Amino acid sequence: MYSEANERKLDKIITYYPVKRSAILPALYIAQEEHGYVTDDDIKYLAERLDMRVNEVEEVVTFYTMYSRKPIGKYKLQVCRTVSCWLLGAEQITEHIEHKLGCEVGETTKDGKFTLVEVECLGYCDLAPCLQVNFDYHEKVTVESVDKLIDNLKTK
Amino acid sequence: MTKVLTSRFHLNGAACDIDVYTEHGGYQALQKALKEFTPARITDEVKKSALRGRGGAGFPTGMKWSFVPKDAKRPTYLVCNADESEPGTGKDRDLMRYDPHQMIEGMIISAYALNSYTSYIYIRGEYWYIKDILEKAIAEAYAKGYLGKNILGSGFNHDMYVHPGAGAYICGEETALLESLEGKRGHPRLKPPFPAVVGLYGGPTVVNNVETLAVVPWIVLNGGDWYRQLGTEKSGGTKLFTVSGHVNRPGNYEVPMGYPLMSLINNEGGGISGGRKLKACIPGGSSVPILNAEECERVTMDYESVASVGSMLGSGGVIVMDETTDIFETTRNITHFYMHESCGWCTPCREGTRWLYKVFDRMRRYEGLPGDVELLDDLADKILGKSFCALGDAAAMPVQSAINKFREDFDRRIKHTLVQIQKAGD
Repeated sequence: MYSEANERKLDKIITYYPVKRSAILPALYIAQEEHGYVTDDDIKYLAERLDMRVNEVEEVVTFYTMYSRKPIGKYKLQVCRTVSCWLLGAEQITEHIEHKLGCEVGETTKDGKFTLVEVECLGYCDLAPCLQVNFDYHEKVTVESVDKLIDNLKTK
Repeated sequence: MTKVLTSRFHLNGAACDIDVYTEHGGYQALQKALKEFTPARITDEVKKSALRGRGGAGFPTGMKWSFVPKDAKRPTYLVCNADESEPGTGKDRDLMRYDPHQMIEGMIISAYALNSYTSYIYIRGEYWYIKDILEKAIAEAYAKGYLGKNILGSGFNHDMYVHPGAGAYICGEETALLESLEGKRGHPRLKPPFPAVVGLYGGPTVVNNVETLAVVPWIVLNGGDWYRQLGTEKSGGTKLFTVSGHVNRPGNYEVPMGYPLMSLINNEGGGISGGRKLKACIPGGSSVPILNAEECERVTMDYESVASVGSMLGSGGVIVMDETTDIFETTRNITHFYMHESCGWCTPCREGTRWLYKVFDRMRRYEGLPGDVELLDDLADKILGKSFCALGDAAAMPVQSAINKFREDFDRRIKHTLVQIQKAGD
């Protein structure tokens, strides 16, 4: 199902726990890395691999916000909307990105490059406002720095 | 000022390398613990230190450890709660990315005290790069013989793994964390039994916060009494505070327990931005009651003093708000957080947080109805103490305290509506 390296990684992760099912959260990251989101086939496959029922995998996937059941953009722009970032202008950052990309929070640009979401506290309160692009943190962002960042990502 | 937990922060992350960590005193506590201390002695020193859980609940750590039954039939687990998600808090992030071995060493010593052969670090998924740092540090510790079989010839074995969460504040609640670690949705469990008796995979389990575990090597090295005297009589030691919001120098600062809040804001935090005045401060992460400027003036940062002004030390997330801040809007923002993060398991929290937000949302548009402020207070009251876990309380307390102390910011949203109604009727 997955690349040989990822299959090996999954085999190894399963050994960390006395119960296979415990590996579901790390396994779902592997699924997302391979397919960009969690597909129906991922769910069936991981259920088999981890001795779970399909609905048990599905209920886990839908509980945690870092998994997606739908395709998303290559770059997931996650603006922290919670109190410390909000105090320092997170709303303006979100509005600016909406305007720049021509898409609203929760949407993906037509070229499939960017998905814009608002997320709750990212743990960068002292480095607010904060934006996470996929797994990369960007601290103390401004309208200007976000502009540069997005322009740079557009060319990649 | 005494730096304990942050004493290697000036190395700017170089202490992630085990050799640098060792050059700066690292793993001496582990050697001392394994050679000179019995497990019971370590627990005693931790009790003497007056160390209390640094994740937010403030439960005495030594007492938590002593709840683990000695004759358990299943293996005992140690779990490090690195699911740092309390709004206003980013201290565990720095403890892990600047000095990961300090926490790992603390975990190995704690595991020895608890006779636990396996531990997990449950880290929030967003901190993926820190998960990489921890995994590298753990591999180094295995290579040096600090983890694995027969650690330093003591006969003690221990394995340690990092487990990523996936974006759920509730998984910081220790029983929800255990459910999540078992591969399920993060719904809290009914207590009792407490995790110390029936926890991960049904075995006795101690769940401790990153900062709590990072303190342990220092207690072993210098003694529980030494650690205690750094702080106040009842709140031992130092504490890391994340200062955020309207200050000139937001950051993580380690100060002794009992340090005045205003000194933290004005000295470490560099004062209020733009020379403006302080309006309010949330002293322990978004879950705890808000303080007005007058209360900030008289509070010191220890469990007792913060409780004496009706709030809690919590996780140590100090959120500072200047005179231009609309506390209604701040509280609306915080309520949105709890609505989003309610796991949906129990009705008071799931429905209550949604209802609260619905009222906040219409007030935001200046469409608040007469009686809406009282409705918010009443709704909060119907959640407080009536939800399955503390998340409900965390949603209710900020609302009630904000209404109590900053009523005018809420009333404005209603008065305006009355004017509009009158205008519409004219």
